[in-house]
Amino acid sequence: MSLSTASAPVSGADRIDMVRAKALNIRRSAFTMVHEAQLGHPGGDFSAADILATLYFGVMRYDPNEPRHPDRDRFIMSKGHCTGAFYSVLAQAGFFPEAQLKTYMQPLSKLNGHPNRNYLPGIETNTGPLGHGLPVAVGIAIAGKLTAKDYRTFVLTGDGELQEGSNWEAAMAAGHRKLNRLTVIVDRNRLQQGDRTEATNSLDPLDDKWRAFGFHVEMIDGHDHAALLDVLGADPESRDKPLCVIANTIKGKGVSFMEDNVSWHHGVPTDEQFAQAMKELI
Amino acid sequence: MSAATKTNEGLYDCRDAFSKTLEALAEADDRVVAVVNDSVGSSKLGGFKKRWPERLVNVGIAEQNMVGVGAGLANGGRIPFVSCASCFLTGRALEQVKADVAYSNTNVKLCGQSPGIGYGELGPTHHSIEDLAWLRPLANLVTIVPSDPWETEQAIRFAAAYEGPVFIRVSRYPVPALEHKIDRIEPGKAEVMREGTDVAILANGVMLHKALRAAEVLAEGGVSARVVNMAWMNPLDIEAIVDAAGTGAVVTVEEASVRGGLGGAVAETLALRRPVPMELVGFPGFVPTGTVDFLFDHFGLTAAGIAAAARKAISRKE
Repeated sequence: MSLSTASAPVSGADRIDMVRAKALNIRRSAFTMVHEAQLGHPGGDFSAADILATLYFGVMRYDPNEPRHPDRDRFIMSKGHCTGAFYSVLAQAGFFPEAQLKTYMQPLSKLNGHPNRNYLPGIETNTGPLGHGLPVAVGIAIAGKLTAKDYRTFVLTGDGELQEGSNWEAAMAAGHRKLNRLTVIVDRNRLQQGDRTEATNSLDPLDDKWRAFGFHVEMIDGHDHAALLDVLGADPESRDKPLCVIANTIKGKGVSFMEDNVSWHHGVPTDEQFAQAMKELI
Repeated sequence: MSAATKTNEGLYDCRDAFSKTLEALAEADDRVVAVVNDSVGSSKLGGFKKRWPERLVNVGIAEQNMVGVGAGLANGGRIPFVSCASCFLTGRALEQVKADVAYSNTNVKLCGQSPGIGYGELGPTHHSIEDLAWLRPLANLVTIVPSDPWETEQAIRFAAAYEGPVFIRVSRYPVPALEHKIDRIEPGKAEVMREGTDVAILANGVMLHKALRAAEVLAEGGVSARVVNMAWMNPLDIEAIVDAAGTGAVVTVEEASVRGGLGGAVAETLALRRPVPMELVGFPGFVPTGTVDFLFDHFGLTAAGIAAAARKAISRKE
C-alpha cells in the first residue's frame, strides 16, 4: 500500500492550526502521564512538543497500520528520556490507542521510561543512553541510498546530548557521505539535567560545529510552527548535504513556572501544580 | 572445506573462511553489506570492497558509530556484517552493542576479528579476552565461537539466514581443519568431538584442537577424556554440560579470561544442576608481552597444560 504525507490534504493556515492543536495535546497528555506516574522528564517533553507535532502532522510520511513499511519516513527519538511527549505523539498519530498512555511506567507496561521498539509500533530503535540516535539514523540513511529509496530520516537530539562523542562520529560520516535525506533536529533548550549547557560543557557556536561537519544548518524558533513546517518540509533534494535544524526552544515551554527552569528536567508535579499547568495549557 | 585457505603446515586462518563466505553470501543476496572501522585489511575484506565498493561501508575509526550504523542498515532492510577487531568492537562500542543491537533486537551480525590474544605482542589493549564475559549477559545476542574454517563458514552462513543479532568470534591464530561428525551446525547444540568417561573437556574456538590433543595425551596415560565443542555460548547447551558432568570432572578451555566466559557459564550451570570438580583453563588477567604461542605456553593453554588440568580435576573427585 502507499504511504501518505500527513500534510497532503491540508495546507497553509489550517495546517499550522492543526499542528498547534496537536502540540498542545502532546503537552497536556505528557504532563498527565508524568503526574500520574510521578516520573518522567516533562521539561524536555515540552521543549520538543512543537517539533514532534510538526513532524507527525505536517512533514512525515507513514502508515500507523503498517509501521514497518519499507518506504516510511523514519523518526528516531534520540533524547529517549522524553517519552511523555514521544508516546503521546505516537498515540495521536494512531500507532496505538491513547488509552494505553495511562499505563506509562506502570509495572509490566509497554510504555517503559525509555522507548522499546519491540514493545510498541512506531519506534525505530531503543534509545535512552544518549548519543545513540544519530549513528542509527546515519545507517538508515545509508541504507536508503543503497536501495535508492526516497524515504527521509529524522532524528531529534537534545542539546546536552551533543556532549556525547558518538554524535560527532556519526555527524562526520553523514557529512562525508552527503546524506541529504537525513535531518538532525537539535532541541536547543540550553539546559541539561544539572545546569545550563553553556555552564557545563559549552556547545556554542553550535551552528559552526555542524557546518564544519558538512551539514546545511538552519536556526529557527523551535516553537514557531510555520517556521518548523517550512524548514522541515523543504525538499531534501534541493540540497546536497544533510540538514541540521537547531531549534531554539524553552525547556518547560507552555507552563509559566516550568519555563527555563532546570529543576523541571525530571521534576514531577504536585496536584496543585498539575491543576495550574492544565489551566495554562489551553 | 570450500571456504578455507590453507596456510603453512596444514593450518588455517579463519578470517579467510569468513571473508570468502561473506563474498559468496553477498553474491547471492544484495542485502548483505559489510561495515568496518577502517578494518578492511584486518578483516580480509579487500576482495569484497573490490567487488562491491558501495556495499562496503567504511565509517572510519569510529566504532560506536560503526555499530549504530549497522543497526540503521538493518532497519533499512540490509543484512550488515559489522567487522572489526574484537577488542574495539566489544570494548569501545559495548553500549551500542547492548542498546542498538541486543536490546533493540536488530538484525546485525557482529564479527569480532582476531579475538583472544590473537594480536600477541601488541598487548592487552589489543587483546580481547574479555569479550565473552561482556557479551554473555546480553539477551537476544546469539554468540558463536568457531573452532576452525568449516565452523567459521557455518557460523557466517547461519548468521546471514537468522533474523536477529549475532556475535561471531573470527580467529586469526592458525588452526587445523577438524574432523566434524555433523553436516551443519545447529543453534545452541554442543558437538561431542570425542567420547570419554573419566573427565570432560569443554572447549571452543582455537583451543578446541588443543583440547583434542590433550585427550590423546591423557589416553596414553590411561585416562579417557570426552571433548565437547562449546562453540555456542548463547544459546548455551545446558544439557550437554550437565551430561559432561556425568564423567565426574570437568575442564573448560578458552582463549579468554577465566572470569565470566565459557568457564563461568559452565560453572554457573554445574553449580545449579550437577556440581563436580572443575578446572578453568584460560587467562587470569592482563597478560605480559609475548608471541601468541609464548603466551599459550606461559599460561598452560597447551595440550600438556590442559591434560594437567584434567588430571587435577580428576584427583579432586570424591
